[in-house]
Amino acid sequence: MPYSVEQNEKFAGYAHPERLVSTEWLAAALEDGAVGNGQLVVVESDEDVLLYETGHIPGAVKIDWHTDLNDEVTRDYVDGEAFAALASAKGISRDSTVVIYGDKSNWWAAYALWVFTLFGHEDVRLLDGGRDKWIAEGRPLTTDKTAVAPAEYPVVERNDAPIRAFKDDVLAHLGKPLIDVRSPEEYTGQRTHMPAYPEEGALRGGHIPTAASIPWARAAAEDGTYRDRSELEALYLGEAGLTPGDDVVAYCRIGERSSHTWFALKYLLGFENVRNYDGSWTEWGNAVRVPIARGAERGTVPAGK
Amino acid sequence: MTSTALPTALAEIVDDFQALEESERLQLLLEFSRELPDPPARLLDHPELLEQVVECQSPLFLTIETEPAADQSGAQSVRLFFKAPPEAPTTRGFAGVLHEGLDGLSPAEILAVPDDMPELLGLTRAITPLRMRGMTAMLGRIKRKVAELPQQG
Repeated sequence: MPYSVEQNEKFAGYAHPERLVSTEWLAAALEDGAVGNGQLVVVESDEDVLLYETGHIPGAVKIDWHTDLNDEVTRDYVDGEAFAALASAKGISRDSTVVIYGDKSNWWAAYALWVFTLFGHEDVRLLDGGRDKWIAEGRPLTTDKTAVAPAEYPVVERNDAPIRAFKDDVLAHLGKPLIDVRSPEEYTGQRTHMPAYPEEGALRGGHIPTAASIPWARAAAEDGTYRDRSELEALYLGEAGLTPGDDVVAYCRIGERSSHTWFALKYLLGFENVRNYDGSWTEWGNAVRVPIARGAERGTVPAGK
Repeated sequence: MTSTALPTALAEIVDDFQALEESERLQLLLEFSRELPDPPARLLDHPELLEQVVECQSPLFLTIETEPAADQSGAQSVRLFFKAPPEAPTTRGFAGVLHEGLDGLSPAEILAVPDDMPELLGLTRAITPLRMRGMTAMLGRIKRKVAELPQQG
């Protein structure tokens, strides 16, 4: 049984308000005992692999984006069996309502949500504002180990096509809208990685030709929550030039920041066809015979395409 | 095991990590993150004296100073100072390992630490290679700063 959907004025403006919950809502659900009775599973997913251990929302379980969701041998996401095993171990069943939150305005939380969506998990929501907002409001954290009753989760094969783009898909997509969510310095080609982040070995700096530059953080307010509908429309319909109904691909460097934008386009603005290109710049910047554009201009679709 | 070539304190830390299961190693790293001492106020009041290690995923600042060795031999010992926020426990944990393992050693002892020493902690799989780079970069920065010290006598 899905847990009740939050109703409030801000969320009502979004295309899919059922995909977000506020900190107030989550606090009330915890008071209600929704985690204890298995209706609701709260998942923390952070960039820092130890942050959960320093204190987490009472009853929350941890899923690490790198060690739990990736298969390093195939350089892919885990398969249906591994996902079923992970979900079961975290007390998640196929009909659980899952609320995900994390650090850094939910980058990794949005990424985990996107992976849950690859497996078609129906009711998965983001905590608007994430870990930082919960803490800023003085809400409780605990280092107590969460006792998990293992659940039954079926083996479901991943369905990548609707929300995941591969390099060849992006090549075929050229001419249709692309959103580059990296920093302006990465977009122009001045640098190949985030300021203050490790160099991840892209040989070329620049962007995918015709991509609009909308750094991910512009979709977030000061407190880490998503901006409201009209602000998001000004950004993506106005500045990026998207038209409702467009087929859109978002990318960044490794696919995590673009999950945050993918969520905004898909669930908050209601674009049906939005894909996240998780190969992103670490793949595109190095790929043979794949064109790039440099500088602040979006560039044009290469001839012969 | 190459840890026999490491300074005693660092070799002990490596042995402690190696003796544990992978998940317990993360717990130990968390303890190191809690034990990392704050830099003294004179450095906190002058952030420009601390250098940022940009390869770390979270902001980490460090600096070194020298003081006469406790044995009155006239040799120098190197003091290490780190600053990293509590919301970056992995980075703090790495800094804590290096602090406990290297603080107070001579420049020559620090320069002799192998560059790939962080790999010996057995954390690469649990932490991921990407996150390990920050630790390797931290050690590299310390060694570079030590190498830049004025030559002794």
